[in-house]
Amino acid sequence: MSPNIVAILPELWTAIGQTFLMLGIGLSAAVLLGGPLGVLLFLLGPGQSLERPALFGAISWLVNTVRSFPFIILLVALVPLTRVIAGTSIGPVAAAVPLSLAAIPYFARLVEQNLRDVPRGVIEAAHAMGASEWQIVRRVLLVEARSGLVLGLTVLAISFLSYSAVAGVVGGGGIGDLAIRYGYYRFQTDVMVLTVAILIVIVQLIQFAGNGIARRLDKR
Amino acid sequence: MNRSTVHGATAAAGENPPPASAAAPAAIRLEGVSKSYRLPNGTAFEAVKNVSLCVPQGDIFGLIGTSGAGKSTLLRLVNRLEHPDAGRVFVGGREIVALGKAELRVARQSMGMIFQQFNLLQNATVFDNVAFPLRIHGKASPGDVFRRVRECLDLVGLLDKIDSHPAQLSGGQKQRVAIARALAPRPEVLLCDEPTSALDSETTRSVLDTLRNVNRRLGVTVLIVTHELAVVRALCRKVAVMEGGEVAEQFAVDETGPDRECRRTALGRELARMAIYADVQNDLERLDAAFA
Repeated sequence: MSPNIVAILPELWTAIGQTFLMLGIGLSAAVLLGGPLGVLLFLLGPGQSLERPALFGAISWLVNTVRSFPFIILLVALVPLTRVIAGTSIGPVAAAVPLSLAAIPYFARLVEQNLRDVPRGVIEAAHAMGASEWQIVRRVLLVEARSGLVLGLTVLAISFLSYSAVAGVVGGGGIGDLAIRYGYYRFQTDVMVLTVAILIVIVQLIQFAGNGIARRLDKR
Repeated sequence: MNRSTVHGATAAAGENPPPASAAAPAAIRLEGVSKSYRLPNGTAFEAVKNVSLCVPQGDIFGLIGTSGAGKSTLLRLVNRLEHPDAGRVFVGGREIVALGKAELRVARQSMGMIFQQFNLLQNATVFDNVAFPLRIHGKASPGDVFRRVRECLDLVGLLDKIDSHPAQLSGGQKQRVAIARALAPRPEVLLCDEPTSALDSETTRSVLDTLRNVNRRLGVTVLIVTHELAVVRALCRKVAVMEGGEVAEQFAVDETGPDRECRRTALGRELARMAIYADVQNDLERLDAAFA
């Protein structure tokens, strides 16, 4: 093993842990906050049961606006907010704040799109049986769209794995940060190759797991 | 029933006096209902114009008409999937138009509905589909749900498919699951929107047999929209023909005598012709039998 790699090995394990910490927090925020936001966007949208054009337009505009920010700008611009929420502006937990804020509208859109694929007739049948909006969300929309939602979450996880590399700017750490600091700035090509290889493996695993789960959930 | 307040709210549609037939209690009664849509080009399209209709309890009542005649809209006004612009709708004596959101949900529990495209949950088993209305109504214990689902699937002859998913069933089987689902909460009426239009003639027969069986054994009032005259002849006792958003005529399917000869609508005359052919066919068969 090359001396460069041996030298960074201890740091590599920390970096992998940091990457998964950032990803875990970001994806949790996306599911817990972005998910309901996406459901709301769907229900308020044109032709749906809670149709409210003004509110829909406002939320939709907000989602688009947050998604317009280049992630690196968001990272820096949110530093004051990050200090309030995470208590610090450096480290993986701090980096998870802008990561979460970017992931929430992203996932909301993915959820909205997937719910639109649920046939209208099925929703209508539930209405005809006397289901409330909440029951339709829980027992119809989430059930019928579940495999698409898992695939959406897979896309999100892989996108944000690469976003997390940018978190190095605020000392967020992670595998991508390692690649930039050693592989790029210090011209340690072997470290670069190793870190990228690790990222490739992680991406493949996420996609493989996502596809597998989605297939098992899909009975259509 | 708060009839006075309701009446005031819909006084504009008061051209039609309520029929108030004391004899056979009406399962479904429409009084002067209208519904129009705004078309993309901005003009209004009147899908249903001032329709009054009475479906007696325990009947199988057909609504026929060409496409665009307003028959599906009329059916959807009964459980307020469409909200009428004017008029009153009574189901089992309850005024549907005046209900609040929560009351409407309760009222819908006594109205089953089946659709042309079945509209089953694809990601749920047959059991979970039939259990759906029982679970959302939240009154039945898991044991009750289990027993009722089995009862309903037995009635439509699909008990052996209880753990299948809809994708594994044929069209006719899917529609029978949909019927079981509609029946699970013991509805008073069953609304059918083109239930056999996506099916071939063989599976259509099985669905019609199931519907007839449901009506006979459970006494559920059936209101069925269809464009297939064969379905009307095989299933319905009474039929209303819709043209341009209005009920052009109503008659009993097995009606005989002079009235049958002077129907006003093309579909009515077509049904009369089919009935006469069937009569002649019967006579010929009787003659054949006599000479044999």
